[in-house]
This record gives sequence, C-alpha cells and structure tokens, in this order.
Amino acid sequence: MLILLGMPIVQIVLFGFAITTEVKNVRVAVFDPSKDELTRRIIDRIDANEYMNVTQYLTDNAAINNVFRKNQADLVVVFSDHFSDDLLHTGKTSVQLVADATDPNTATMLVGYATNVIRAVQAENTQSGYIPAGNIIPQVKLLYNPGMKAAYNFVPGVMGLILMLICAMMTSISIVREKEMGTMEVLLVSPVRPIFVVIAKAIPYFVLSCVNLVTILLLSRYLLEVPVAGNLFLLASVSMLFILVSLSLGLLISILTQTQMAAMLASGMILMMPVVLLSGMIFPTENMPLILQWISDIIPAKWYIMAVKKVMIEGVGLAYVTKEIIILAAMALLLLTVSIKKFNVRL
Amino acid sequence: MNAVDVIQLDKAYGTVTALTALSFSVNRGELFGIIGPDGAGKTTLFRILTTLILPDRGKALVDGYDVVKDYKEIRKRVGYMPGRFSLYQDMTVEENLRFFATVFGTTIEENYTLIEDIYKQIEPFKTRKAGKLSGGMKQKLALSCALIHKPSVLFLDEPTTGVDPVSRKEFWAMLTRLKEQGITIVVSTPYMDEAVLCDRIALIRKGTFLDIETPGQIIDNFKETLWAVKADKMSSLLQDLRTLDGVKTCFSFGDVHHITVDDKRLTIVSLGDRLSRQGYREIEIKPIQATIEDCYMQMSQNAE
Repeated sequence: MLILLGMPIVQIVLFGFAITTEVKNVRVAVFDPSKDELTRRIIDRIDANEYMNVTQYLTDNAAINNVFRKNQADLVVVFSDHFSDDLLHTGKTSVQLVADATDPNTATMLVGYATNVIRAVQAENTQSGYIPAGNIIPQVKLLYNPGMKAAYNFVPGVMGLILMLICAMMTSISIVREKEMGTMEVLLVSPVRPIFVVIAKAIPYFVLSCVNLVTILLLSRYLLEVPVAGNLFLLASVSMLFILVSLSLGLLISILTQTQMAAMLASGMILMMPVVLLSGMIFPTENMPLILQWISDIIPAKWYIMAVKKVMIEGVGLAYVTKEIIILAAMALLLLTVSIKKFNVRL
Repeated sequence: MNAVDVIQLDKAYGTVTALTALSFSVNRGELFGIIGPDGAGKTTLFRILTTLILPDRGKALVDGYDVVKDYKEIRKRVGYMPGRFSLYQDMTVEENLRFFATVFGTTIEENYTLIEDIYKQIEPFKTRKAGKLSGGMKQKLALSCALIHKPSVLFLDEPTTGVDPVSRKEFWAMLTRLKEQGITIVVSTPYMDEAVLCDRIALIRKGTFLDIETPGQIIDNFKETLWAVKADKMSSLLQDLRTLDGVKTCFSFGDVHHITVDDKRLTIVSLGDRLSRQGYREIEIKPIQATIEDCYMQMSQNAE
C-alpha cells in the first residue's frame, strides 16, 4: 500500500528535480600554455558560468589523460601555444575542448556549454574592439569514444543492470521458495549448516551469471562493436566480484522475506528502480542533490558501472579501479556476513 | 534415559496460547501417539521437539539433548516428517532420497534395510517427480526420507492426514514394523481410530494434555454408561436427546449418536418409549463399548 501510494510521489520528485540529464557543477581543467589576457578572460568566464567551475590548471599535455582516468575533471580546455598572437596575426586561433565521451550525451552537452561561453566572449570583445576581430575555433576532441556511439555508454550500464537483476532476483526467490514449499522445515531439521545452504544456493546462480556475462561481452563486441579496450581478465574479475555482490544481496533479501511475492517485490523495488535511476547509468550522479548522491554511493551497480567504463572503454589498468574493487569487495563481504548471520536456524 | 522428556512446556503466539504447562515422557522404542483435533497444539509441540521453534518456558529433552541448547545434536539424530508434504516436488523420487541421504552425511545403501519395506513400494516410480505422486506414495517417500539416516527418534506430524483409508492402514502397519526395529516414534493424528494402534497416547486439547495412558487403559477408565442411538430424524434427535432428562452428554458419531446416561433414571426401554412418544420412528438403542473418541469427548466435557 505504502509502495502504491509512495511510488508516484518518489518518482515525480526524483525525475522532476533530482534526476536530470542536465549537467551541473562541471569540473573544468585548463591547460593554458599561452597565458595571455584573452585566455584569462575566457577562463574567468567559464568559471563564472553557473554550470561550470574551473577546478585545476594543468601544466603539460600528458596530464590531460590523467585527469580523466582519475576522474578529476569532466572537461579539459586546452588553449593553443600563442593563443592571442595567432588571433592577432592570422585572424584565427584554436582552443581544444576535450571531453570524456564514454557518456556521449553528457560530453556533447559539456562541449556545448564551453563553446557558448567562448563564442560569447568573442562576440563581446569584437564589439568593444578590445581584441582583434577574428575567429576562435573550438576543436572538439572526444576521448575514448570518438564516434560518439551511445553503446559505449549503455553497455556498461546494461551490464550493471542485467547482472544485478538476474543475480539478485533469481537468488532472492531461491531460499524464500524453500520456506514457502515447506522444504525449509525438513532441511532445518538436519545437520546442514546455514553457510552451506547459502553457498549451495549461490553457486548455480554464479555460474549462470558468468554465462550471461560472456554473452553480454560477446554481443557488445561483435554486434554493437564496442571493443574491450582494457584487460579482459581484469574486466572479468571485476564483473565476477559484482556478481558476487548481487548474489549476496539477493540471498539477503531471500533470507529476510517470508514469501516469494515479497521477495520479488523487494528485489524489484530496491534494486531495479535505484539501479536505473541512481547508478549513473542514464542520469549522471554528479548533478543530483547531495542526499541522492549519498544514496547512489551505496548502490553497488554505480561502482561497477564506473569500473567497467574505465576498464572496458577507457582501457585503464588495475591501479585506476582499485577504489571500485575495494568498495565492491567490502560490500560483498558485508552482505554475505549479514546473510549468514541473519539466516534463521529456526522457523 | 527416555527418548523424549518434556517438562512444563509453555508456548504462545502473541496473545494466543498454543501450549500450557505440558509435561510428558516417551520411553525408548515406544510408539507414542498425540491425539487431538486441529488447532490443539500438536504441530507447535512437534516443532519445539524438532528444534524448529523455541518454547517460551519449560524444558524439553530429545534423546537426552536440550532442544534449545543442543539443537545441532538433535538435528543429527531425529527424523522429522512435517504435516505438509515437504519434499522437493520438482526432483524425482530417487533424487529426493539421495538428497536427504547426502544432507545427513550417509548413503541410501547404508541404511537401505531400514527403508526397504517402504521404499520397495514406490521404487517402480523412482524416476517420477515427487510432486506427481499420489497422496499415499508421497507419504511413503517422505517417510523414507525421514528414515534414511536411521534416526533414533522419529517425529511424524499428522502423517495420515489427506491419505486414503487403504494407505492409512498400510502406513500404520509400516510404523509398527519400524517400532520393532527399535526406533522410537512420536506420531500425531486427528483420527481417533488410529489411537488404538499406539503403545501409549496423549490426548491433547487446547494446548494441554487431558490424559496420557495406554489406549486400553483410557478406555477402561471410561466409567459411564454408553449407548448408541439411531432414529429417522437424526439432526433433531441430537437436540432432543441433549435436553432429555437423564442424558448427560450426546455427540454425533457418523450415523449414530453416542449418549452417556444416568442409568438410575433411564433405561433403554424407557428412552425408546420417550422418543417414540416424541414422534421418532425406526428407533435403535444399544449399549456399546467406549471408543477413544468417546473418552476424549468425555474428558473435554469435564475439562470445560
């Protein structure tokens, strides 16, 4: 009942205010070898923009890739070496806008913001005659996904969603089913220890999920043509870890509920909705109100999707995903411990 | 050491009391019956004894182990067959049996002699799914599974409910043979006619025992004069008998009414006269031997 009446309220509020595809608080990193009056002016304007904040200044070209891999910036603005001079002498100059295109929608929007700011500065200055007339040409560079393929964004998202749903939903009805069928009653009056029941329940679903994982990867590679840029072994390990987290979550739901119906509802409500809305799969989490960001932090799929984007699309190594791996591992451990602890040795 | 010792057991579900101050013992090798209607507390008692639920107060020992503290030990050495069919419906007969053997760390072969008698009857269907078996065969399979680890005490909660009369008879014959192999059996049933097949029975009503005795002794303790009465209009006859002077109790037993009477005030002849004056025809009245059910009715009446 609460669910029926509460659902529309939660969804309207979430969609209306909290969850938008609009990008706010964009972290902009700047590489400005020219350091002249004009570049200063543009940087100030970018910083003053309500959507963007300049968060750091880079000192060399190599740092550009690093800030993306470490997830320290969403957009990098790179000015040419003699920005103002070029404009003065040749009538045109260029600025490079680099964005992480693993999420093409966001990348397009960021580049759009920055382009607008630059054009505005140019228009103003040309009018006032303060700077020479001429063209500032923004060059857009989309990292990791130059073709702007949507698949680059949604494959990691779908992997997170599907693995979570299959693992958690399938396992969530597994133990509760025994309670409903009455088989739990006889199973309990036997020397079987709870940990064995939990493990025995998890293994078949783990195998099934691994098969699913292989299918998804093959399909995305050969049908959607999304290559695995990073280490396949690392990707598989992270995925298995995530499968383990999902399985434990499903088992916990199964242990805590009394009927298959309740288990399905619980896994549907507390898994499906948050995973779709809050994992960053469709809507970037950075723009959500703080409280929703906190909630999104406890959603395993968020960390998994982040890790997959890094390993699969950006092609980075283990060192860049240790944070995600540690968080997922901790979640798995916590959920499994709680499951075994909560497993009722009596009816 | 007794197979089961229960001392002052209490259990309530919220405000509903299921068991009150229950005490009894089951001797080793005994076939002990717990007889009472639905809702009397039989299943609650079985679940406490099989360590599935905790008693509120009191103590219960099974095979010398405490049901609360030593539940792991008890789970190794008892066999339990719940009232509801509780095997894996989508596994075959043989898979079920093998599964339970494995769960108890044994094999079908090791204790096959114990279940041979029973399992032989369902063996022709061993590749059939358990859910597709008839009621009687399901019971045989459930019993086989409960026996596969050679339990020292076997708990059977209403094993014959929902089973046809022929299979019921067979089932009790099997229990008698199991008893001969030295297994203590605690069985509950709402069927009073099965009570005489037990060594001793406990009559349970609203969570308390009315009496614990051998069936013969319980019947011997019945001191009332008991008649069976039959006439053409049975339902109004029940009402009339209950208001009749000299009739103490009157209960309907299938196609006859059993009445206990004060034999100083009423004889078979005088009762017949009274009834025919009230307009009943085809009256038949005869003295009968009490059954367990009569005793149960009598005792519940006294307990009110």
